[in-house]
Amino acid sequence: MAGEGAENGRDDMIIDGSGADQQRQNNLIFDGVNVNYLKLYYGKLFPHADVFKWMSYGNDGKHPGCDHSYFGRREFSFTLDNDIYLRFQSFSGLSEMENSIREKCPFKIDIGPVYSVDPARRHAYAQGSDNVFTPVERELIFDIDMSDYDDVRYCCSGADVCLDCWPLMTVAIKVLDSALRDDFGFNHILWVYSGRRGVHCWVCDGKARRLNNEQRAAIADYFRVYKGNENSHKMVSLLGQALHPFLVRAHNEVLKIFFEEKLLSTQNLLLDEDRYEKILGMIPDESITSELRGKWADNRRSKEDINVVRWQQLKHMLQSGKQKLHLRRCVEEIVFSFTYPRLDMEVSRHMNHLLKAPFCVHPKTGRVCIPIDPNCCEDFDPTAVPTLSKILEELNTEGSRKEGDNEWDRTSLGDSVRYFRSSFLQPLLKSCKEEIESSYSAKLQESKNSLNW
Amino acid sequence: MEVVRSHRKPAEADDVVPTLPLYLSAPALQVRLEDFELYAVDRLRVLKEISDGLSRGKKSDEMEKLVRELWKLHMSHPHASEVVNKDIISHFVLRLVYCRTEELRKWFLSMETSLFRYRFRSETHEAQRALMAEFHLPYKTVTSAEFENVKDKLSQVARSTGQSLSSGDGIFYKVPFEEVPELVAGRRVYIQKGQAYVAMNQVVSLVVTQFRFLLSKALVLTNRKWTTMIREQEKDRLTPLVESLSLSYLGPDYSQPREFTEISLKDIDQVAKSSFPLCMRHLFEKLREDHHLKHGGRMQLGLFLKGVGLKLDDALAFWKAEFSRKFGAERFDKEYAYSIRHNYGKEGKRTDYTPYSCQKIISSMPGVGDHHGCPYRHFSEENLRAALGRMGVGSRALEDVMEKVRNKHYQLACTLTFEAVHGTSYDAGINHPNQYFSDSKKTLESRNNANIA
Repeated sequence: MAGEGAENGRDDMIIDGSGADQQRQNNLIFDGVNVNYLKLYYGKLFPHADVFKWMSYGNDGKHPGCDHSYFGRREFSFTLDNDIYLRFQSFSGLSEMENSIREKCPFKIDIGPVYSVDPARRHAYAQGSDNVFTPVERELIFDIDMSDYDDVRYCCSGADVCLDCWPLMTVAIKVLDSALRDDFGFNHILWVYSGRRGVHCWVCDGKARRLNNEQRAAIADYFRVYKGNENSHKMVSLLGQALHPFLVRAHNEVLKIFFEEKLLSTQNLLLDEDRYEKILGMIPDESITSELRGKWADNRRSKEDINVVRWQQLKHMLQSGKQKLHLRRCVEEIVFSFTYPRLDMEVSRHMNHLLKAPFCVHPKTGRVCIPIDPNCCEDFDPTAVPTLSKILEELNTEGSRKEGDNEWDRTSLGDSVRYFRSSFLQPLLKSCKEEIESSYSAKLQESKNSLNW
Repeated sequence: MEVVRSHRKPAEADDVVPTLPLYLSAPALQVRLEDFELYAVDRLRVLKEISDGLSRGKKSDEMEKLVRELWKLHMSHPHASEVVNKDIISHFVLRLVYCRTEELRKWFLSMETSLFRYRFRSETHEAQRALMAEFHLPYKTVTSAEFENVKDKLSQVARSTGQSLSSGDGIFYKVPFEEVPELVAGRRVYIQKGQAYVAMNQVVSLVVTQFRFLLSKALVLTNRKWTTMIREQEKDRLTPLVESLSLSYLGPDYSQPREFTEISLKDIDQVAKSSFPLCMRHLFEKLREDHHLKHGGRMQLGLFLKGVGLKLDDALAFWKAEFSRKFGAERFDKEYAYSIRHNYGKEGKRTDYTPYSCQKIISSMPGVGDHHGCPYRHFSEENLRAALGRMGVGSRALEDVMEKVRNKHYQLACTLTFEAVHGTSYDAGINHPNQYFSDSKKTLESRNNANIA
């Protein structure tokens, strides 16, 4: 994939400078993102104020229940251009954060938990055996990476992503988003494109932020179905007389449709021998597999998509009424193996795990990590996500700006920031405000009660 | 609780119904100094056996039976009324012993919770309900109207775990999902909008979670009291007893490698073949083959090598030599060297991490591209047989090993492998990869010495 630096000679239109600057600029291309572009980005486009408001969760207000130390106890980490990694960065307020980002110009900003005390003062506390420096709040996060699906996609592998395999991410978003809302009762969920080949999920309800490690691990395990790797063979194991209602819903509403109507054909899962052998290997019955093998070996052409035809044959053989349950289950197991979301368990389990901030620019692709609307995630196109150079170009060519305009509004970033604000931030802050107010009045009531003796 | 030196008459043999104490507060009892230690040692025997049972992968029913037997064997008393006292006193004494470090607290918490869990399960439903009330758990039962609405979902969940809805007594509790993480993790409950529908026979989970929560807090408090007051006050009487009690029952943790097990880089291939347990051999081979291991593998193997006596500099050289063949020396220094130094306690919060025990390794969850975990558990039968064959396990022994694996006795399988590979019998039972290694070296060395002599 062509990196940022390799793009056209528009560079000198945006960055004015002498030959020396040009030289310096060339030396500062980090895997595809130009430092000067990044400086401009942080200077004019990165939505500092929105990130600050988000991370404050209403505590930047004037209500007496607001905790003004809250934002300052959040850990940020910066990855700088010479691979210097700065952990435990914290800021007392918006301007300190903004200035630090603009000055240091990090290639990646990660967000960590809110600690019990300002991370900058952690050394004063680490000595005590009770470990008073500890995470106290952290969003529930999920990370889904396309490279974990390499064994079931044939169009790309590793870092690449295309429109044939991206729909696996769409499926993951749909399955998880509805479970997080319907099963767990969460409401404030942000999905973000990771910039290259995956998606991140931030669950920001107060209840979610206060979950401990065990509860996070439990939720991750609730979502866990895929257990395979090259040592074990069996990828998915759906035992029992029935599937859990969550799995049933996932299968019937999302996975089955996607598998049968899209994935089978776009990945040609049953076309060639080495591909269909992979599926046949999941059926623990020799007589069935050899019969299917026989049918498919002769490569007859058909009007319909051959993958669809063969899948129907397979289903027919496995699901006929007299088959034992475990064979009938095979059909679902195959569908799950190929389509069910594969989470990175480690990311979700620990409160202190860092995750890249939304609206960062991916250093290798130059793409901005923009939010994804789960309600229309099937329309999201990772190959059309705005890149840093594109939006800077747009900034340059949009003409003079009126007073009070937001710079990002003149670029493709505008839609993303607007979406972030209206669909996520505003409802979240409204609910935070209510939470702060009600817990404050509850505390007042409690202390009043204890005085009445 | 008062500790006295003098002999005192035992209390009358009342008609006391054995109850399950909650250990909510230290009892106002008098106990003789001799009993102080004796009771604690008896209870410790029970806890240690529970630990062994769990690491042998005993299932719930077996554990329940084991706990009943252990309790009868070690915790009875000639006077029925004293049984409860012995229970309570021994628990509180062990709190003093095991509150003093994070590791000790973790172990004690884990074992006492298991003990409580299996004792609770043995109680009748009425007794269980009474205990729930004692914990002041505020859960409401599901009304019959509500039940009708979710009946089919509850039935699905029951069937998915191999039970049926009618086998319970039809009583369900509505509980916030945060309070039943184990049930959520295993998808053993129906969850809707954050509320989990918990069956009567699953109530154990709730109560146990509460028990663990309370005990965890209590241990921290006890530690504070111990360090600020009790240790000094009791330095001539209880403190020496308390300090010796913990030492005798925890196995070595291999964080301080013994001298004669040091290994040098030039011997490492040979030593891996002859003395590494299968889990580490596999990781080692994969590392040599792929010049890479994912995080889980790096941790498991890296800490094992540290326990075996590989010094930090040698470890850095070793990992660098492998990784730089795939990623280049510079990238190794940037991305991987830090975490190796971290393992040796030279970075970050400078904890000197201990090598993983079998229990920890068995319970890990290797995913795509991972090679860590316990091969006896995580490999398919085919792959395991091949790997053991390569280790030199003969066909007769191989069948015995596979039998153990089928019954989920992974550590016994590893023990049998040790016996087969070394041609000796091994009575102790493998609990730790470093134990396998050091005993292997011992065996081989004594054989060498015998040959020379």
